[in-house]
Amino acid sequence: MAFEGLAERLQGTIQRIKGKGKVTEQDVKEMTREVRLALLEADVNFKVVKDFVKRIKERAVGQEVMESLTPGQQVIKVVKDELTELMGGEQSKIAVADRPPTVIMMVGLQGAGKTTTTGKLANLLRKKYNRNPLLVAADVYRPAAINQLETLGKQLNMPVFSLGTEANPVDIANQAIEQAKAEHQDYVIIDTAGRLHVDNDLMDELEQIKSNVNPDEIFLVVDAMTGQDAVNVAESFNEQLDVTGVVLTKLDGDTRGGAALSIKAVTDKPIKFAGMGEKLDELEAFHPERMASRILGMGDVLSLIEKAQDTVDQNKAKELEEKMRSASFTFDDFLEQMGQVRNMGPLEDLIGMLPGANKMKGLKNVQFDEKQLSHVEAIIQSMTKQERQDPGVMNASRKKRIAKGAGRSVSEVNRLLKQFEEMKKMMKQMTNMQKGKKGKGMKFPFM
Amino acid sequence: MSFFQKLKEKFSGDTGNQQEAQPEKYKEGLSKTRGSFSSKINDLVARYRKVDEDFFEDLEEILISADVGVTAVMDLIDDLKMEVKRRNIKDSGEMKEVISEKLVDIYYGDKDEEPEKLQLHEDGLSVILFVGVNGVGKTTTIGKMAHQLKQEGKKVILAAGDTFRAGAIEQLEVWGERAGVDVIKHNAGSDPAAVVFDGIQAARSRGADVLLCDTAGRLQNKVNLMNELAKVKKVISREVPNGPQEVLLVLDATTGQNAMSQAKTFSEATDVSGIVLTKLDGTAKGGIVLAIRNELQIPVKYVGLGEKVTDLQAFDAHAFVYGLFADMLEEETS
Ligand SMILES: Nc1nc2c(ncn2[C@@H]2O[C@H](COP(=O)(O)OP(=O)(O)OP(=O)(O)O)[C@@H](O)[C@H]2O)c(=O)[nH]1
Ligand SMILES: Nc1nc2c(ncn2[C@@H]2O[C@H](COP(=O)(O)OP(=O)(O)OP(=O)(O)O)[C@@H](O)[C@H]2O)c(=O)[nH]1
Ligand SMILES: [Mg+2]
Ligand SMILES: [Mg+2]
Repeated sequence: MAFEGLAERLQGTIQRIKGKGKVTEQDVKEMTREVRLALLEADVNFKVVKDFVKRIKERAVGQEVMESLTPGQQVIKVVKDELTELMGGEQSKIAVADRPPTVIMMVGLQGAGKTTTTGKLANLLRKKYNRNPLLVAADVYRPAAINQLETLGKQLNMPVFSLGTEANPVDIANQAIEQAKAEHQDYVIIDTAGRLHVDNDLMDELEQIKSNVNPDEIFLVVDAMTGQDAVNVAESFNEQLDVTGVVLTKLDGDTRGGAALSIKAVTDKPIKFAGMGEKLDELEAFHPERMASRILGMGDVLSLIEKAQDTVDQNKAKELEEKMRSASFTFDDFLEQMGQVRNMGPLEDLIGMLPGANKMKGLKNVQFDEKQLSHVEAIIQSMTKQERQDPGVMNASRKKRIAKGAGRSVSEVNRLLKQFEEMKKMMKQMTNMQKGKKGKGMKFPFM
Repeated sequence: MSFFQKLKEKFSGDTGNQQEAQPEKYKEGLSKTRGSFSSKINDLVARYRKVDEDFFEDLEEILISADVGVTAVMDLIDDLKMEVKRRNIKDSGEMKEVISEKLVDIYYGDKDEEPEKLQLHEDGLSVILFVGVNGVGKTTTIGKMAHQLKQEGKKVILAAGDTFRAGAIEQLEVWGERAGVDVIKHNAGSDPAAVVFDGIQAARSRGADVLLCDTAGRLQNKVNLMNELAKVKKVISREVPNGPQEVLLVLDATTGQNAMSQAKTFSEATDVSGIVLTKLDGTAKGGIVLAIRNELQIPVKYVGLGEKVTDLQAFDAHAFVYGLFADMLEEETS
């Protein structure tokens, strides 16, 4: 999971300092050294790291910490505050033009994810805001770029505007706006070709498109795996185009994602969206505050609940949360929730949002196997009502019957029963975790 | 002979036009990289007459900003400090040479300092499998390499093994046209292993020398997708003696420390034999390949220096470092 390494790294240090009744300058020095290494290993730009560490140091030896009753806790708060600050305050909304259409321009380096994000953004605008976007194929350079966008348009059943590869991108953009007006489409998203920030001709082309269509948003699309160069790229694009926001892609990988911090620091433009996969529904709003929490391993219960609200209906979401917290559910609940949870998206993402989950070795880098999931379903479906409500009644002959009914082995049934019990324990622990308890590595029955 | 003299000799002699063209191309492609990197070292050397703690601190930053990686950099700095003591270096001017020596050293270790070539069958079919994360330049590199191999007189066929991404098959077809080679494809969404299997059969029946297999980009933490890739490789191993002849991991020079994780995981799944480092025409330095070579012994075989069909060059660590230090070299020897 993105950011995980950084979180782990910081947590070691934080655990050490957390309980301290007195924080010495030596403690602070040690901590900032670790923070510096962690951030550098996470690809945060070295200049940004330097400033960051300096600020933490100043605040950590200042009054608010030294005079606090819990200096250890206070230092962590300082790190978290600064990290949140660095990633940008509150998350901002997508623009709406006074007179439609609202025009969005996608820009960035080659292969960053502009075309894919164009499709995702259009999908989001329609699904969440009930909008009616037009996609514009203004990349006339990359082989089959137009075809790529048209394919996405087809998958979404949305119109794509193109004039082939011979046309000028500026003309394409201009004519697309005319068409959007005529067809009463309220958003226009222009996909431009990838280009180097030092390619003057192509950067001029973007400026021309900009001055012609007056976009309401210019999104700089950046690969979350980008290293130290992220500052140069973001700085140049921002200087020349005055971008309005950033989309960070490929955050579903295991990158520590330091580029996010660097970009924010040098451009002071908000990171608005996060790409979480290749599919067209895998785009999320970026929440800086929550992301900072996640880095520090405090979990992201808010994101989890919100995610549930998006896909599950409200009551069910509440119920799910309740049951997870009280761990009072049966195999019946479990079966139903498995369906719900699967609708929420990749399970490994959800697990990452649970408090303390990244501290549990058993949950690290887990992959949930769809096949396993259906085996589990089959086993539960072969249980009687009584068995589902009260697994305590289980005996050898029942297990044999269930195994036969599900077409699985008895040992698989046993494993599920055992893991089900462990999972209940773990859920209980997760709620305790916030109070500082440490969890053992447990496995979900379908891992 | 000093390191710089060696380099100078290597690039100034009449060593044939191809050899000569390459450093030029490197210099052109890397001009921005080199400009900033070596001017920084020059700055550094000019600012510090003495080799002291401040000097090393700044050097550390320069190397970190080239994505060499903080651990590798700290090791390197420790080494340099020892070297400074041993040789009793006081003047920062002398440091330039030591620094570049060490960088080349990290890369080659005790290996033979020869550029790594593609390991192709002399007669019979060779298969090259391209792997890597999303958007790094796999498909583009295949187009460039097809062109290059064809120029060398080889018969080349491409297999459109990315059946997932929108427009991926069409993209490879355009490159096939540009290079003037055939493309074997199935419909979008079909099994990539089956496409590669058909590619091998077609390559055989058409008497091709090299089959280049494209695959969909995938992030290395997606276990299912990595398994799929391992399966594609297995098909090649089963169908072609000693195949695949090369598994090339494509890395984007803009990528930071995650490239190490990519190299590790892709190697575990497909036993990577070499790296193609793309997008070196930008300002990113790709310094992580030094650490990858040092830690995993995977050599860089090619570099991508642009989006044109001719923008692929064989990697040569000396040329690479030469590119980084060319300004200094010119100053010193003029
Ligand atoms: N895993 C993952 N892959 C992504 C994400 N966003 C984009 N991709 C993949 O990244 C690759 C490049 O995406 P594109 O949308 O073609 O990138 P682009 O910026 O339009 O590329 P150019 O037009 O060539 O500059 C494709 O394989 C996409 O499927 C993401 O959030 N997660
Ligand atoms: N500047 C520059 N751009 C490159 C280079 N190599 C590839 N590109 C560009 O990078 C973008 C992505 O290249 P692709 O070849 O589609 O990458 P890929 O790895 O096949 O991508 P997926 O199949 O989506 O994972 C395209 O816009 C290419 O033109 C290079 O060496 N320099
Ligand atoms: Mg594109
Ligand atoms: Mg490709």
